[in-house]
Amino acid sequence: MVNLIIDNKEISVPEHTTILDAAVQNGILIPNLCYLKDLNEIGACRVCLVEVEGTSRLITSCNNTVKEGIVIHTNSPKVREARQTNVELILSQHDATCAVCVRSGNCGLQTVSNDLGIVDVPYEEKLTHDNWPKDFPLIRDEEKCIKCMRCIQVCDKIQDLNVWDITNTGSRTNVNVSHNRTIDQSDCSLCGQCITHCPVGALRERNDVDKAFDALAQKDKITVVQIAPAVRAAWGENLGIDREFATVKRLVSALRQMGFDFIFDTNFAADLTIMEEGSEFLERLGRAEDKNLPMFTSCCPGWVRFMKSQYPDMVDQLSTAKSPQQMFGAISKTYYADLLDVDPSRIFNISIMPCTAKKYEAGVSVLSDAGVGQDVDLVLTTREISRMIRAEHINLELLEEEEFDMPLGAGTGAGVIFGATGGVMEAALRSAYYLVMGENPDPDAFKEVRGREGWREASFDLAGSKLRVAVASGLGNTRKLMESIRSGESNYDFVEIMACPGGCAGGGGQPIEDGKELAEERAEVLYGLDKVNNLRFSHENPSVLKCYEDYLEKPLSHKSHKLLHTTQRDW
Amino acid sequence: MKGEVLMSRLSIITRDRAQQTIEILYKDLERRIVASPPGLCPIDLTSSFLKMCHAQTCGKCVPCRVGLGQMITLLENVLDGKADLTTIDLIEKTARSIYYSADCAIGYEAANMVLKGIEGFREDFEEHVLRGRCKSELDQTVPCVSLCPAGVDVPGYVALVSEGRYSDAVRLIRKDNPMPVVCALICEHPCETRCRRNMIDDAINIKGLKRFAVDHAGEVPVPKSAPSTGKKVAIIGAGPSGLSAAYYLSLMGHEVEIFEQRRHLGGMLRYGIPNYRLPRETLQKEIDTMLSNGIKVHKEVSIGKDISLEELKSKFDAVYISIGAHTDKKINIGDGETKGIISAVEVLRKTGDHQPLNFEGKNIVVIGGGNVAMDVARSSVRFGAKTVSVVYRRRKIDMTALEDEVEGAIAEGCEILDLHTPVKIEKDENNNIKALWIQPQIIGKIPYDRPVPVDAAIEPRRIECDILITAVGQGVESKDFEKDGIPVTQGVIDALNWSGVKDVPGVYAGGDCVSGPATVIMAIAAGKVAAANIDEYLGFHHIIESDVDVPEPVLWDRIACGRVNLRERDALDRIEDFDLIELGMTEEEAKQESNRCLRCDHFGLGALKGGRTVRW
Repeated sequence: MVNLIIDNKEISVPEHTTILDAAVQNGILIPNLCYLKDLNEIGACRVCLVEVEGTSRLITSCNNTVKEGIVIHTNSPKVREARQTNVELILSQHDATCAVCVRSGNCGLQTVSNDLGIVDVPYEEKLTHDNWPKDFPLIRDEEKCIKCMRCIQVCDKIQDLNVWDITNTGSRTNVNVSHNRTIDQSDCSLCGQCITHCPVGALRERNDVDKAFDALAQKDKITVVQIAPAVRAAWGENLGIDREFATVKRLVSALRQMGFDFIFDTNFAADLTIMEEGSEFLERLGRAEDKNLPMFTSCCPGWVRFMKSQYPDMVDQLSTAKSPQQMFGAISKTYYADLLDVDPSRIFNISIMPCTAKKYEAGVSVLSDAGVGQDVDLVLTTREISRMIRAEHINLELLEEEEFDMPLGAGTGAGVIFGATGGVMEAALRSAYYLVMGENPDPDAFKEVRGREGWREASFDLAGSKLRVAVASGLGNTRKLMESIRSGESNYDFVEIMACPGGCAGGGGQPIEDGKELAEERAEVLYGLDKVNNLRFSHENPSVLKCYEDYLEKPLSHKSHKLLHTTQRDW
Repeated sequence: MKGEVLMSRLSIITRDRAQQTIEILYKDLERRIVASPPGLCPIDLTSSFLKMCHAQTCGKCVPCRVGLGQMITLLENVLDGKADLTTIDLIEKTARSIYYSADCAIGYEAANMVLKGIEGFREDFEEHVLRGRCKSELDQTVPCVSLCPAGVDVPGYVALVSEGRYSDAVRLIRKDNPMPVVCALICEHPCETRCRRNMIDDAINIKGLKRFAVDHAGEVPVPKSAPSTGKKVAIIGAGPSGLSAAYYLSLMGHEVEIFEQRRHLGGMLRYGIPNYRLPRETLQKEIDTMLSNGIKVHKEVSIGKDISLEELKSKFDAVYISIGAHTDKKINIGDGETKGIISAVEVLRKTGDHQPLNFEGKNIVVIGGGNVAMDVARSSVRFGAKTVSVVYRRRKIDMTALEDEVEGAIAEGCEILDLHTPVKIEKDENNNIKALWIQPQIIGKIPYDRPVPVDAAIEPRRIECDILITAVGQGVESKDFEKDGIPVTQGVIDALNWSGVKDVPGVYAGGDCVSGPATVIMAIAAGKVAAANIDEYLGFHHIIESDVDVPEPVLWDRIACGRVNLRERDALDRIEDFDLIELGMTEEEAKQESNRCLRCDHFGLGALKGGRTVRW
């Protein structure tokens, strides 16, 4: 243990503790901005400065460790002046038009500046400009970037894609796409982790809220909205309501107030995905040769982009099953249009996703199998739907719970866990067991694939043969797994990958709470919903069964292939 | 003030406080430029330099007073993406006009700098103009580590020295450089050249601290080798490059055999560097440690004579050629029959094989200005020479030898005859050399970076000479390898930057035989690169790492403090023997010196990227 004094308080902390941690553990708060524990401890913003007695220059508390006997002041006149100056300098290069910023009220810089009581910046505003493609799903606003380097770090250390880097030198040092590429030339997976780790509004999704309101305004359009599993665990976070209160049924109610015609559940399509993907897996497994194993899940477009750019020779190992979003899109413009007896071109499909890559996926030209434009017309992130709810001034406290519309609003517990890492695998195994054995397993028989490790593996007995499966989330973990498969160290039959750490629960389109990783907390909500659901097997979803009976015939049928499968190579 | 001056006819010029401060700032700036990090944008720097030039203008003449400012604006436009290709033409035209028309050097040399830039980095200009981006990347974040060819973790081991953890320091160094003892004595320490500490006072004495670490570490065994891979690698030549490759390959679990042409191992470390700089026992001890993982050695085996390269290729899974540069370059003097003319390589080779020469009472003349010339001159003093003269055609300051080496030679009684070039030899009736005639030179124009000497209008002079030693460079014995299909360009083996040889799979080459005569640390680095790539070629990806944890940096201020330089034994004492002449630091000195380190691995960009490479 190391003994020291911070702000006249004698404290004792383990060796190697940072001064910031030592202070926080003892109830002393030090403002900070660029810092993110374990990810970005670089002392770039110089806001977390402290004074060490006997030393004339100040040091950053985030990345310097305690030393025996030192005396620290976190708010000495010298600290106060330097800290305020640094924030003012950052503000001089930041477009601080907070009134028109998506992060207003949820911004690290705004908080620090307000906390320090800065009302006037003595420096000339010097903003730089960049021509960023406005139609790209990921938007970087040069005028807002404060060069905290977090995006670089999360992309390098967690996602191992190195999309961002420091560019230029000297006074023009900036952050931008690495290796002098433009964003559309880069191998960005569109996972959106840089967005959720940005302390300000410099990174965000393409704002599609206006298009959603436009669709609602068009009388001849039938607006069909689907809600992804992970959205229900997070949508209330930035709206000031409790997780317990912010149920999916209240979200349904809010969407209905906003005027959406039909409100459906992506869980329905998740169950459909299991039917197709599970059957495809068993079909591959049963082949005498050319099994093309391991089969990889294909529901995460961030992962598909990663596979296409990093392991192009392995793209054919992806399941050909479309993601739930796209299955829903195709089914709603065919089967459901028939049910409604309307011209499918009147249907305008909007999906609410915890994801930024889904915006890309909806726009992939070959994902238009219903034959009336793109199968999914518009994708909104959880953050965007929160903004729409605010824009509508919906009184959240008065929201009652309401049911999804039917039949595409029916979902099982297996469908809802799609939103967490391991969930797709677990749902698939539940149904695969049934398809092979003709009886249901214990629904919790495969819970070994759950967990917080970035790369997990398990093996199960299926009709006497051993099934080896693996689950990874986060692209850095994914790369390790892929390299291990390539080198022959690891051998699996079925692999689930989700690009974001923790899966969609931690998705790049989810609400942002600076400095907090909420994927696990949200995943617990999803597993809780699975547990209380009467139906825990995708193959028991009545709407899915009916859809097969009346329309698709059976999994992997000709019609299923046309509407529910794709060739990712053509994306 | 002006009135006072007018009252007196003359007055003594005194510097006021502002001027004194500026003089200090000039010095600060000089040191800052020394510590300039690699990888900066050349246009940004040109623009900044030009700003200073413009501040120097007296304002009398148009080109300088107005033109330099306009060029700054144009350069800034390029940097800000507000320029097109015609802007570059305008910059060039303006610079040319200023160069031709400015009245004094303040103007025309400033313009010349811009002209050099347009010629030297036009691509960077075009990249900014056409694509609005900069090609420069700050990927070299810790100056000492970036500039060490082997990428040794300098801040790491300096911090370990300051904590008294000397064997940990040695283990950390060995991760990237398996010859810390050798390098502690003779490395040319490129790591020190851009040390950020220069911004405060002076570079850290990194080599001196390494010396302290190895002197106080005691026996430090090498790490255990990885399990055997069953692969065999042959190393040709046991110099620093071959030994380093052998060391890492054996750590990776490969079976390594070294083939050495001479009687002893060490290559140029033994056959090129005198004992007083690198004692033989010290060298041998380090080599023994390196080989202690079971590396097999075959001495006095010549490739191409005793065994063919083809045979090695068939018996081994990979071959590393590291034969060094051991032939001496000739100068066109004498008739080929004169006795008493020998090469530096011969002198040093004999001493390497413990065959001391006797120069008792002889007048020795050395031709050359490099480190090898100093080595033979200083060895000659120790062999009992009556006089030792070093003939060099440029000025003393132009010598490529390290300044310390030249000063050391002078202190030991060598005479430096700079600005002289040999013209003819005088011999006696027995064909023995008697004297050397040398032509005085005048230093001349500077076509690029070094001035060229030309004959001065003075008659040649005669100097007594019993033995003439030529030290004008070395070459590579590459003929036998060329015959076996190894490409040779301009006398050196043509290997790629990853040490592979084009179109000859499994054969790698590095060190002096590829680069031409260079430094020990470059040879070591080549061996490290070859080891990594041979490992990959053999189908493995072994990781070399160190389990040493680096101390966290101290928090106190870095106050300006002089650098501790190493002292040497008294000249009169040291010329009596071949013992080591350089004295290590005291513990007190090592403590102070190591605490001067700014820890660029932690403070500055090193905190974000490149601060520490923990494995390779």
